Amino acid sequence: MSFKAISNYQIIHEFKNSKIGLFGIAILLFLICISIYAILTIPLDSYRQWNNPNYWINYPKAAMPAWINIFSSLKQPEHLMMDKPIISQQVEEGTITVKNTYKFLFNYDFFPSDFMLNYAVQYGVIPPIVSIQLTRPDGNTFELVSKSLPSAEGNMSSFYDTIYSTQDDIKHNLRSYLHKFSYDVDDSRPEQMLFSSQSGPRVLKGQYMLTQSFTFFNGEDHVLNSQLIVGGKVYGLLGTDELRRDLSIGLLWGTPIALLIGLSVSILSILIGSVYGVMAAYKGKRIEQGMMMIVQFFVSIPTIPILIIFSVSIGQSIFLIIGFLIIFSSVGQALVSRSMGLQIKNFQYVEASKLLGERDTKIVFRHILPQLVPYLFANIALSVPGAILGEAGLSFFGLGDPTIPTWGQIFHDAQTFSATARGLWWWILPPGVMIGITGLAFVLIGYTLESLVNPQKKGN
Amino acid sequence: MSFLRFFIARLLTVLVVLSAVILMTISLLGTSMDDILKTSIKQDVVLAVTQDTKLSSNFKNLQDRQHYIDNQIEGTIHAEGLDEPWYSPRSMGTKFLKTMTLDLGRARFLTSDSGSQQVSNIILEKLPKTILLFSTSTIIITFIGLYLGAFSANRIGSLVDRFTSAAAIFSSSAPVFVVGVFMILVFAYFYQVLPARATPLTPPTDPYYILDLLYHMILPLATIILTGFGGWAYITRSLVINILNEDFIAVKRSQGIAEKKIIYSHALKNAAPPVIITVALSLSASLSGALIFETIFNWPGMGLLYFNAINLRDTPVILGQTYVLVLIFLITNFIVDMIYGLIDPRVKLV
Repeated sequence: MSFKAISNYQIIHEFKNSKIGLFGIAILLFLICISIYAILTIPLDSYRQWNNPNYWINYPKAAMPAWINIFSSLKQPEHLMMDKPIISQQVEEGTITVKNTYKFLFNYDFFPSDFMLNYAVQYGVIPPIVSIQLTRPDGNTFELVSKSLPSAEGNMSSFYDTIYSTQDDIKHNLRSYLHKFSYDVDDSRPEQMLFSSQSGPRVLKGQYMLTQSFTFFNGEDHVLNSQLIVGGKVYGLLGTDELRRDLSIGLLWGTPIALLIGLSVSILSILIGSVYGVMAAYKGKRIEQGMMMIVQFFVSIPTIPILIIFSVSIGQSIFLIIGFLIIFSSVGQALVSRSMGLQIKNFQYVEASKLLGERDTKIVFRHILPQLVPYLFANIALSVPGAILGEAGLSFFGLGDPTIPTWGQIFHDAQTFSATARGLWWWILPPGVMIGITGLAFVLIGYTLESLVNPQKKGN
Repeated sequence: MSFLRFFIARLLTVLVVLSAVILMTISLLGTSMDDILKTSIKQDVVLAVTQDTKLSSNFKNLQDRQHYIDNQIEGTIHAEGLDEPWYSPRSMGTKFLKTMTLDLGRARFLTSDSGSQQVSNIILEKLPKTILLFSTSTIIITFIGLYLGAFSANRIGSLVDRFTSAAAIFSSSAPVFVVGVFMILVFAYFYQVLPARATPLTPPTDPYYILDLLYHMILPLATIILTGFGGWAYITRSLVINILNEDFIAVKRSQGIAEKKIIYSHALKNAAPPVIITVALSLSASLSGALIFETIFNWPGMGLLYFNAINLRDTPVILGQTYVLVLIFLITNFIVDMIYGLIDPRVKLV
């Protein structure tokens, strides 16, 4: 490799004149924006809970992204999760009535898959009465549930309950409204009957209002929380997976993680590799041979099988993975920088500083390494995709860090549930596309930097 | 340095690296490696006693039989040094030899298609499938890459040349498995023209098996070629450009030899060896992609086996596979080195 010096000005100039370089920087900026957005807006908690199935219990299963409704004339129902009802309180002699009202628009062409109501109350000796009514856009009000909660075990105990649309008492109560429908409506499926038009088997669109009222007989009784979920077939920006996880959280949070893995591995491995290689070149003789033998050893073993054995036997931590990747990707740089070091070593100013009696480390760090900097930038950019792919590969085989979900792990889960064969494209394409465009950004930047240091490689 | 000395030096390197990798692996696995071998010894002894009817009839009762089995197991474990701590020389020696000969006993959960539980049988059954897919695709990629590279080297700045550069960027940034998923979704799910599962359904004895296999290989092959040829073409292009500037090409031109012949016959002939070597040496990078790729396409090779073995934590299989892959990788690199040494004598000096 021939050698020449390059200034910062030349780097800026090269990028200004290179379309692919600018495109690469644009993608990188986009990824950085996503990372900042993810860190600022998505609570770390929901990301930490990625592998905890209980956290996602209220989410829909394998729901498509919500924006697909834009492209189809028939609208799929969106999954609605409401936990901020309008609360009103009424005190009569001896009783307190608390009403939680949920208003929601249902303008879709298909019935919801189900609905459920989670709530928690705290009460004393006399159990409260719970009743649920649904007011439809056509003005009809259906009474769904009316029941007394079980008597309290102690004073002021908390009671958690979920009312499902498939419950028998709902079906039973709905039977008394069958006459309101002009056709034979299916009363065994409350989620369909409640959202059906009176004149025919189609969805009644408009604003629905679900009221849950609690009648308390003690002064201190109160509702702790309440949540209504209307199950739909589409959800959020990127849909959900088979395990009900919101894919947008994993995917958006995956961006800063991938950039962290890619950049830390590439920067550290290039720095370590080049210091190692230049040191070897400068020292020469036996030391050089010994150092290069170690490099040859690492170059001649395949990375992925060895990383798999490491992960299986040592453990699955993101820091271990980063460490392994640094070792394996620094050896290539060590080979390259050694050959460059051999050239610079014989430059006159290096000889001069040697004669002046400067220390070896000072000569290497002050006089030889700075000459390599432009090359290092190119190599750093070009080795980022390899690092991200290395982690994605390990994660794909199920050896990723379980506490930190990455794109590779989402890909792994999608493969485990055979998402491709089932056509769950929103699960398997986004992580793949993200890995691809992140790689593309750094390859484009790397090519631009490389064409600066190696003009004979320049395309068109 | 003579070729023989070069050969021996490289062979020694291969052996040293292989031994070092095995030693490192068995040290990393520590006691769990001992457990694997002990379990396999137990199973072997029990099987041997059960199958030996003459021996079985000699036992008076079940306790007697159990006692005999326990003795046998203990004896074998002691003989192989596995009762000593995992780092003792005898235990390490046994494990080293067993790994070398792929004698890793039985898999915990996985079986081969023929029903065998032996790790070696499972791996040796999957290996040819991997080799079939990747040798076929490599040969096709070589031809496309060499000719496209030579073609665009002759027409720098043309449409084909720009296409080659774009394909090179695509090759180095688009992971093969992502493209694979995309291809499956498009061609097997949305437009159902090609099968998503790469395993043919006809039995291997059927005369149409080869045709069915080829039909099932279309999608995976197309994916590998699509993501692979760009890199090759780009390397060929820059090498051919360099060669076209050399004096002997100018001489050929002055002799009035047709430009086509100069490029495809003379320049390409000189560029081919370094291209093949460069790409062969980058096998390590493509190996991980290849393993993932197989899983995506359900291709019953080493990659899919890795995926299943890791999901089931079937350590004997993982260990055996790692050994086999390292071995194949070292042998490939060794052969490439040898060929390079024969073609280009300068290498031997390094």
